[in-house]
Amino acid sequence: MPLLRVALAALLLCFTLTAQSAINTLPFQNNAQEKRYDHLIEELRCLVCQNQNLADSNADLAKDLRTQVYNMIMQGKSDQEILDYMVDRYGDFVLYRPPVKSTTYLLWAGPFLLLLLAFITTILFIRNRAKGTEPSMSEHDQARLQKLLQKNNKDSNS
Amino acid sequence: MKARALIPFAVFAVLVVLLAVGLTRDPKLVPSPLINKPAPMFSLPTIDHPDQQIGTTDFKGKVVLFNVWASWCVACREEQPILTQFAREHSTPVYGLNYKDQRDEAKRWLNYFGNPYIASAFDEKGRVGIDWGVYGVPETFLIDKKGIIRHKVIGPITPDIIANTLLPMIEKLEKES
Repeated sequence: MPLLRVALAALLLCFTLTAQSAINTLPFQNNAQEKRYDHLIEELRCLVCQNQNLADSNADLAKDLRTQVYNMIMQGKSDQEILDYMVDRYGDFVLYRPPVKSTTYLLWAGPFLLLLLAFITTILFIRNRAKGTEPSMSEHDQARLQKLLQKNNKDSNS
Repeated sequence: MKARALIPFAVFAVLVVLLAVGLTRDPKLVPSPLINKPAPMFSLPTIDHPDQQIGTTDFKGKVVLFNVWASWCVACREEQPILTQFAREHSTPVYGLNYKDQRDEAKRWLNYFGNPYIASAFDEKGRVGIDWGVYGVPETFLIDKKGIIRHKVIGPITPDIIANTLLPMIEKLEKES
C-alpha cells in the first residue's frame, strides 16, 4: 500500500513538472509584448526541424532564435524589423507564410489554377455527355431510314 | 478520340517527372540569402588565445574558407581529416568558427581530429552563428578577396566537393582582383 502511495505521488510530481515547464517564464513589460512574441515564434520556422515553428521546437537553434526574438522585442524593434532580420540571415524559408513575389507566384496561384482547370474540365465533360445522349446516326443510315419509312408508308397506303 | 484518351497519361507522366525531381532534392539544403553578399562582420576571441581577437577583417584581401564546426558535431569528425588534408595541400587559408562549444572540449577535439585552421573564433553563445545564418553544423563559406560570400557548403565537405566545386571556384576567385 505505501508503495502505491509513493508511485502515485511520483506520478503527480511528473505532472507538476510538465505544467511548470509549459509556462512562459520570460519577463515582459506588458501583455502586448508577450502577444507579439507568441505570434512571432509561431510565424518563424525552425531550420533544424523544418516542419516545426520556433514555438514548437526544442532544437538548440530554435531556443537561440526565440531568445533573439525576445531580445529584439525588448530593444523596441517592430515585428517587421524582426522578420526582416531573420529573412536576411536564413532566407524566406524561415517564414512559415512565404511572401508573395515573382518566385512564389506559382506557389500561391497554383492551387487556384488547378481548381480552375478542374472546373473547366468538369464543364466540358458534362457538356459532352449531354450531347452524347442523342442517338447519333451517320448520313448514310439516315438516308436508309428515310427510304425505309417512305417504303413503309407506301406499303400501308396501298 | 485517340489523342484525347492520351491526355490522362500525359498528365500522369508530367506528375511523375515533377515528383521524381522533387525526390532528388534535399529539403535540408536551404539556400543561403548571404550568397553574393558581404560577409557579416564579427570579432571574437580565438580558441587558443582568449585575449586575441579574430574577425571578418582578417579575411580581407584573401580568398578564404570559413568553416563552422563544434566538438559536439558528429558530422564534423568525418569532415575534419578531409579539411585538414585540404589545408596541407593548398594555400587557401582556412578559418574556423567554433559554434556553441566549450573551449577545453574544442581544443581537445582539434588535437584528436586535426586542425586545419589558421585560427578558430570562439562563438560560445552562437550569436555570430545566427548572423551567418548557421543552422546545421558543419557549414563552410567561401569568401572572395573583397569579403563577399561566394559559396556555402551545408554539411560535411567531401573530396568530391573540394575537387568539383571548391577548387574550380577558388581558382577563379584568385584571378579576380
